[in-house]
Amino acid sequence: VDGAVERLIAPAPEPALEDVAGWGRYPVGRGRVERPEHLDLPAGGEPLVPRGLGRAYGDAAVPYAPGGLVVESTRADRIRSFDPASGRLHCEAGLSLAEILRVFVPRGWFPPVTPGTKFVTVGACVACDVHGKNHHRDGSFGAFVERLSLCTADGRRVECGPDRERELFLATVGGMGLTGLIVDVTLRLGRIEGPWMVLETQGMPSLDAMLEGLRLSAAHWPYTVGWIDCLARGASVGRGILMRGRHATQVEAGLRRLPRSRHIDVPFDAPEWLLNPLFMRWFNRLYAWSHGTALRRRIVSHDAFFYPLDAVGGWNRLYGRRGLLQYQCVLPRAAGPRPVAILLERLAVAGAASFLAVIKDCGPASDAYLSFPMEGTTLALDLPNRGAVTEALIHDLNATVVEHGGRVYLAKDAVTRPEDFARMMPRLPEWRAVRDRWDPQRRFRSAQSVRVLGDPA
Amino acid sequence: VKVAIVGATRGMGRALARRLAERGDALFAPLREPAELTLSAQDLEARGAAGAVGHAHLDLGQPDGFPGALDAADRALARVDALVVTGGLFARQEELAADSGRLAALLHANFTGTVLLCQQTAERLAARGGGLICAFASVAGDRARRSNYLYGASKAGLAVFLEGLDHKFRAQGLRTVCVKPGFVKTGMTADLAPPPFAGEPDAVARQVVAAMTDGRHEVYAPGIWRAIMLVIRALPRAVLRRAQF
Repeated sequence: VDGAVERLIAPAPEPALEDVAGWGRYPVGRGRVERPEHLDLPAGGEPLVPRGLGRAYGDAAVPYAPGGLVVESTRADRIRSFDPASGRLHCEAGLSLAEILRVFVPRGWFPPVTPGTKFVTVGACVACDVHGKNHHRDGSFGAFVERLSLCTADGRRVECGPDRERELFLATVGGMGLTGLIVDVTLRLGRIEGPWMVLETQGMPSLDAMLEGLRLSAAHWPYTVGWIDCLARGASVGRGILMRGRHATQVEAGLRRLPRSRHIDVPFDAPEWLLNPLFMRWFNRLYAWSHGTALRRRIVSHDAFFYPLDAVGGWNRLYGRRGLLQYQCVLPRAAGPRPVAILLERLAVAGAASFLAVIKDCGPASDAYLSFPMEGTTLALDLPNRGAVTEALIHDLNATVVEHGGRVYLAKDAVTRPEDFARMMPRLPEWRAVRDRWDPQRRFRSAQSVRVLGDPA
Repeated sequence: VKVAIVGATRGMGRALARRLAERGDALFAPLREPAELTLSAQDLEARGAAGAVGHAHLDLGQPDGFPGALDAADRALARVDALVVTGGLFARQEELAADSGRLAALLHANFTGTVLLCQQTAERLAARGGGLICAFASVAGDRARRSNYLYGASKAGLAVFLEGLDHKFRAQGLRTVCVKPGFVKTGMTADLAPPPFAGEPDAVARQVVAAMTDGRHEVYAPGIWRAIMLVIRALPRAVLRRAQF
């Protein structure tokens, strides 16, 4: 009885420091985490990193140094106003997309852009300028933001938007929280008829077929994405399943009722041998094979369409104690399909990838200086963390990406070198200039900004 | 339903007020610090509260102000149907033991103030045909622990009061809900490391709203605490002493 009951009922006074890591659980930092119900800068000028629900994979929301301050926004999650005529939503930055969906889908509204998880805060969606399956048509999250309210390093509250303090706005969208603490966001939701999606899937035998399928679907479908078997080699490189969807009309959806949401949790860290190459090869093969090459069409819920992984709580624990490194890059359309094939081939040879990779065609880049998407093809996949081998592989992939004018996504990144990042981001000097004006002392600082941007540790 | 909810701006109260707003209740917020009210009222109205969310000053440590606050709630909502008290004070045992002024304030707000407020409201509601009173006790009040008995005592007293209130007034159409949360992750417990089975405020709020509708008197939240406390209440004192409970 003793120890167990004691811990159950008597929480020990908290140690001042907590482990703080991204969703990939690597790297792990130690920090003091504040979770205020109303966002504001703490007194004094101590450096801090803003954090939301911790779904960035790498070190974007990890404290810059051991014991560093983390301001987590999740309890500052109030809706300020909603205009049912225009869909304009004004909310505090800690409000999650999950909560927006819960409250507004029944009223016929949907987030204009959503990443692959709904457990993200609106503030983080701005800071990472997230994109979704509709990027080819609608662009990234920042395109739907009308106004931001920031606490800047000098302690002021500054309002910015596309038409006001424009440079600060463009530096904040995609700026990884390094220009100020995002307090309030005003964005536009989109109209939908109901919670259902029309989903079409089709097996694709090769990378060329997949890219062509994405291109042809883009004209008529608001949401497109491909899942590819990243262990296939030779002529089969890039084979996988093309998915395209749109919000269903009421007529198409009929009188369906939403299923009770099924949710399971991964209760403990899986052993590392679970995701071994053989298992993953067969998982990938079976997935591709089970679908075949037929075109299938069905009606699914928006949860099943956008957030299949959210049904498994803590799925990152499947990768074991050392966690995973997610890799996401985009290659410009001008470079053609060749570099995509090179990356896939290299991954297959290394046998390092695990579950299916995600491939998607992006539309034009936004004006935000550090926004990730650019017109071209993006590739995202999980690499189980095997230490130096995995990091070396990522640097190797980065070399190909740099060579062809592409870039990696900071929201996923944990290892990219500063010189590589600088080559990927032609507008980095412009962003630095704006940051120098608003935060010369680097009050907003993260493990990632120390690593990639050379901030003082 | 027309609900006056004490503590609607923060933590548990914020989560509960949202769930009530989302089912279309009319809300009134008596509270101690009006600074946050504008933001919370906007939130509740956007989530579907019927009409504007008004407020009046109410400090659980100052019972003189209760009749005025209840009058204001009755005026704003054209007679309230229900009172929910989520407000209260919390401090760690060491802090309370070291500072008798702080201990007195905690006992006064959590027990004396809450009891007086519920009792006065119960008389009002019963006189007009019934209603609902819901207040937050704690699992800490089910069994005394060396490391938390001062806070626990205030909640144990409150739980007995609420049970009595339910006995006394149920026949007159007034129900009482006594919520006994285990550890819930809110601003109140921010200085403590979450133990196993720590609950999220929104999940607790859903349980409380369900109990407010279905007539149960006692709610353990998260539900697992009902089983845990069943065992702990059954343990002989000697065992608890040995276990340094």
